[in-house]
Amino acid sequence: MSQTGTLMGFVHRRRRGAELWLLVLALAVGIGAYAAVGLGLEGEVPADLAGYGGWLTALIVAAHVAVRIVAPYADPVLLPLVAALNGLGLAVLRRLDLTYEANGLDQHTFARQQLTWMTLGVILFVGTLFLLRDHRSLQRFTYTSGLAGILLLILPFLPIIGGKINGARIWINVAGFSFQPGEVAKVLLVIAFAGYLVLHRDALALAGRRVVFIDLPRGRDLGPILAMFGVSMMILVAQNDLGSSLLFFGLFLVMLYVATERAGWLVVGGLLFAAGALAAYTFVDNVRNRFDFWLHPMDYYYESPGSGQLVEALFGMGWGGLIGRGLGNGFPERVPFAYSDFILSTIGEELGLTAVMAIVLCYGLIVERALRIALISRDGFGKLMAVGLAAIIALQVFVVIGGVTGLIPLTGLTTPFLSYGGSSLVANWVVVALLLRISDQARRPAPRLDPVDDSAADDEHTQVVKLR
Amino acid sequence: MSELTLFLIRMAFLAILWIFVLSAISVIRSDMFGARVPEAARGAAAKQSERKPRRPRRGAPTHLLVVEGDNAGTRAELADAPLLIGRGSDAAIKLDDDYVSTRHARVAASGDEWFVEDLGSTNGTYVGSVRITQPTTIAVGVQVRVGKTILELRK
Repeated sequence: MSQTGTLMGFVHRRRRGAELWLLVLALAVGIGAYAAVGLGLEGEVPADLAGYGGWLTALIVAAHVAVRIVAPYADPVLLPLVAALNGLGLAVLRRLDLTYEANGLDQHTFARQQLTWMTLGVILFVGTLFLLRDHRSLQRFTYTSGLAGILLLILPFLPIIGGKINGARIWINVAGFSFQPGEVAKVLLVIAFAGYLVLHRDALALAGRRVVFIDLPRGRDLGPILAMFGVSMMILVAQNDLGSSLLFFGLFLVMLYVATERAGWLVVGGLLFAAGALAAYTFVDNVRNRFDFWLHPMDYYYESPGSGQLVEALFGMGWGGLIGRGLGNGFPERVPFAYSDFILSTIGEELGLTAVMAIVLCYGLIVERALRIALISRDGFGKLMAVGLAAIIALQVFVVIGGVTGLIPLTGLTTPFLSYGGSSLVANWVVVALLLRISDQARRPAPRLDPVDDSAADDEHTQVVKLR
Repeated sequence: MSELTLFLIRMAFLAILWIFVLSAISVIRSDMFGARVPEAARGAAAKQSERKPRRPRRGAPTHLLVVEGDNAGTRAELADAPLLIGRGSDAAIKLDDDYVSTRHARVAASGDEWFVEDLGSTNGTYVGSVRITQPTTIAVGVQVRVGKTILELRK
């Protein structure tokens, strides 16, 4: 980890104007999609377009103003990308709501609820930026946040508040709200890993022996990786949640590799993952089913835990083709959970490959910006944290989009910012706030030259004279 | 709503989506290549920020002087701050000392105080006898050691 970012003469500009311009475009994407949904389904611009657009604009402007005040040097592209994805997600949810309503299903307020969650997300985003003025203060909470993360992962097993929805035991119910503590846990675990690795990376990186071009780590250093592997397997077996298990283990592996620069850890982690996957395939029915559906989706189309969902999604995306059927003119309601895990198939069907590529590119840019922040950040903790947050988004997007398109076995995870899901949305807004905070610190010219108040200077001048 | 209108709406939306993505990429591009502020512009900005000429105060340091080492006697005016110390050709105080890194340390002002900050050098920067790990305040006459060279702020 070199100090390349602090070269003299390399001054980052603030770029808040560029951010504002991109945010206007992002709002055009979100509100345009909402209008297109109304036009496609009802033949007219939706009546509440002004109210909806106004609310969305207010949220985005609030976030932008907060960035201007407390993080003026932050990256200009992250917030617009997130705003565009969130706006597009809201419009697609609205589109599904209208169809579910027409078909007489009772749940039809996904978009409204998602907008509420987005409001909470933006409030937390602004709060994080205002309260956390220096990300390095999080390093003090390394073990606290690690413990809190593990506790949050255990919460769903507690008798009263824990709950099981759709077969996965990852929910808690408090005061009528259901929440996935795992989404918050992943942010806490990134902080914990970053704090731990920045202190222990030398021991993990230097000791070990070399076997055929690869430095294998020492046996006694395997402790943390084995512990993390155990936690992921526990999530898999106890919570029946393949996606989160993959996410946590992958996250730890990425951060370990980045911290130590040793490919040996990837070999060890890869072997552990392969062993775990084999064991899961052999002993866990759910996992074996997922594999079978992935390899032979058509064979299980009519069965009851079957591949109907995946096949319908593939049909939808195939029917959508290059430019899609148009918002409101497809049949995304044929896919169960089209509003959460499978929201990308809805987009693929109605807006086509063109829009899916744009969305994948947006995620790619978010990850690129996060890794760039890691590159220019001056302190090891900030670097590792940015890498971890990038890894969360990258892994999650890969696992979900790969699953929906049939590239890898399907695992349940939400598509960040697009899918319906309050916990995920709120947690991801906090992730963006943390990234902006690190990038503000990294891009700020150092040390800052504060303008000197003349009167104060005079006072000090008098004092100096007195002293001499 | 005719088929053609719907088609045009769809195309318009896809166009907006891609305009957004491409604008984001172009901002990233300008961020990457436009980040280096040209020397002249930086000078102008510095001049602008010092519109109110500060009266030179007695007791305030005016230059940084090499007091010991191969380059003893070399000086740099603090008016040009921030000053880079190192073996590199872009350093304000260029030292021919084998124990000094290319970009070794930086001297900069914050308000009325002067700071020295180590830039990740191999052999470290010492204020007095203490190796510094973060920007450290230095006063007139305090000895800053980089490699085998000792620097001081002078009036």
